[in-house]
Amino acid sequence: MDLRLSDEQGQLVDAFAGLFGKESTAERVRAAEPLGFDERLWAQLLEMGALSMAVDEEHGGWGATVLDLALVAEEHGRALGSAPLLEAQVACRLLARSGGGGAADLLDAALAGDRLVALSPRPARSGVAHLVPAGAVATDVLVRHGDRLVAVPTGSDRVVPENVGSLPLADVPVPEDVVAAAPVVVDAGAGVAVDAALDDWLVLTAAALAGMAERAVEIGVAYAGEREAFGQKIGGFQAVGHRLADIATASAGATLLAREAAWAVAEDPGRSAQLAAMAFAFAAETARNATDVALHVHGGYGFMLEYDIQLYYRRSRAWANVLMSPSAAARRVADRRYGTGEVS
Amino acid sequence: MDFRLGVSSEARRAEVRAFLDEHMSLDLEEHVYRTGVSHDEAFTKALVEGGWIAPSWPVEFGGQGLDPEEMVAVAEELRLADAPMYGIGTTLMVAAVILAAGTEEQKAEIVPKALAGEIVIVLGFSEPEAGSDVAAATTRAERDGDEWVVNGQKMFTTNAQIGDYVFLLTRTNTEVAKHKGLTMFLVPLDQPGVEIQAVFTLSGERTNIVFYNDVRVADEWRIGEVDGGWQTMTVALTNEHAAGFAAAIDRLLRAAESWAREATDDDGVPRIEDPEVREALGRTVIDLEVSRLLQRRVAWMAQTGQAVVAEGPMSKLFSSEALKARAQDMVEVVGPDALRSYFEPTAPSHGVIEHMLRFSLGTTIYAGTSEIHRNMIAQRGLGLPRTR
Repeated sequence: MDLRLSDEQGQLVDAFAGLFGKESTAERVRAAEPLGFDERLWAQLLEMGALSMAVDEEHGGWGATVLDLALVAEEHGRALGSAPLLEAQVACRLLARSGGGGAADLLDAALAGDRLVALSPRPARSGVAHLVPAGAVATDVLVRHGDRLVAVPTGSDRVVPENVGSLPLADVPVPEDVVAAAPVVVDAGAGVAVDAALDDWLVLTAAALAGMAERAVEIGVAYAGEREAFGQKIGGFQAVGHRLADIATASAGATLLAREAAWAVAEDPGRSAQLAAMAFAFAAETARNATDVALHVHGGYGFMLEYDIQLYYRRSRAWANVLMSPSAAARRVADRRYGTGEVS
Repeated sequence: MDFRLGVSSEARRAEVRAFLDEHMSLDLEEHVYRTGVSHDEAFTKALVEGGWIAPSWPVEFGGQGLDPEEMVAVAEELRLADAPMYGIGTTLMVAAVILAAGTEEQKAEIVPKALAGEIVIVLGFSEPEAGSDVAAATTRAERDGDEWVVNGQKMFTTNAQIGDYVFLLTRTNTEVAKHKGLTMFLVPLDQPGVEIQAVFTLSGERTNIVFYNDVRVADEWRIGEVDGGWQTMTVALTNEHAAGFAAAIDRLLRAAESWAREATDDDGVPRIEDPEVREALGRTVIDLEVSRLLQRRVAWMAQTGQAVVAEGPMSKLFSSEALKARAQDMVEVVGPDALRSYFEPTAPSHGVIEHMLRFSLGTTIYAGTSEIHRNMIAQRGLGLPRTR
């Protein structure tokens, strides 16, 4: 057992923490709202290799491990990065795995920064892919259509709904004629391909949410250690300190579990899909609770837009909920552990 | 990073599992439950012969010198099997304190017998008016020449009825701050003035109230300095490294999985196909993994010489609260059949789920309540002011 990061991993974390520290300050996060896309941050991330690291060397990337990606995602979450980092990583990994006719060119263009590819986690309903993460800024959206996965170019007909998390979500129309003409990424077995991508997405989102929860705990603790009421620091009241102790404990667990799930992709592949769902369910609940408690200890100030904690509260819910609920993730754990064959 | 336990841990796991296959039976499990006594002479003898009574102790004392990471695997297996280890646990905890803070005579008299499984030492800390605030103890020890005279009452002295000695927290000075007037003794239980009264608990474990009425103890059985009892206690409590209830959650999960596969609903559909059941199982799997990770982190820190601060309390707090929540969930999901008692022949999975509901309640109370652990996390881990 070794829970320490390697020297290289330590350097990776430092490098990205430095980047987010400069390019994803609370002011910048606010400035990027309501769309939730900071072009300069995204350009810097691309330049640093945040997207190409997610793709193996054979497909033009530099083949970092999923654990490395998770460590970057933790920093992304801590800083509430206003960039479609995980969305683009997940889509590019799918493109690299699929090998379908249209995939290679699209992947090259994405890695070059010429196109931004996102994946719809859900099939289209009534000709619309709803609430596609990063759909508002993507040039192409991968959408399941029956057994095929096609790359639909986005256009001016997409609807960008204002949303609680200030995320660049979009309802993307995918009419039959567009689908018929769209490049095919997966010709048969799109369900399996999207599900595998969802495993990546769950584990990386778990890491981001764990990072976000850890940061929310720090913010809550700092405030409780400064603010005085009834003649003492409010962190000295058990009604406050105990809730912070609970979220600190859960956040430590969420980080360990997310890292284990990411580590398992290469080191324990038989368990990794189950661990991805476990990590997501736990991190989603932890980030939800941690941001709630950290906001609440601010009292009335927590309710003011001026304080940063509300940004964490909103984005934690949006990043998690756009994929699935913790309950659905817990059932996914059961599906991975017991199989779905016996379910009629 | 590597989340696997080392090869040697898995080897030790296989060895202790083989030992348990031979010496731990459902009959013994039931006997332990029915008597409420988590100590068994024959099992203890087998542990000694197999070298498993104190595997973390150095070889020269009769241990195996296992490191914290190896002990994780051994402890997981022993707890998963619900092996009767509680009496051994308290005995070794006190033996370790004596090794650290005792006189040469005390070490020579106690340590070899403790490691040979020949004596049982029990803990006399809590009192009717001093539980979490254990330093408020009022049981008096007054000097009388070379002896001390003890008067008072202790609560929750588990195994006192089979114990040879009690590791007793007493007040020797009422003129100073409460932490500074305490002294520890090792008091032989088989003597006049010691009265043991059984207390039965919700989980089936028997514990005791022990009354001390002019009980005399020689000064050579004082452990540590006069009025230095709090320091001696601290040695005892910090030795409790990897406290956590992951293995209990594992017991709950295995019982629930076996029920879910065997039981069917009114239409004959296996219960494991019910989404509600799957969610409850999934949540238990998750809490088990988090509990394991928090517990293993403490062992890894000890293994690599890092100071354990809030990590120990986090492990105990999370795993006990999770055990309680998941046992409650599972009882509700199983439905009326969950009401059938532990070892009741008609109960699913021989009633382990029902037992875990009751067992879980103690885990958030003993060895420091959840509130005490939250205080430690808030102060030591988060640097918040002392909470009240």
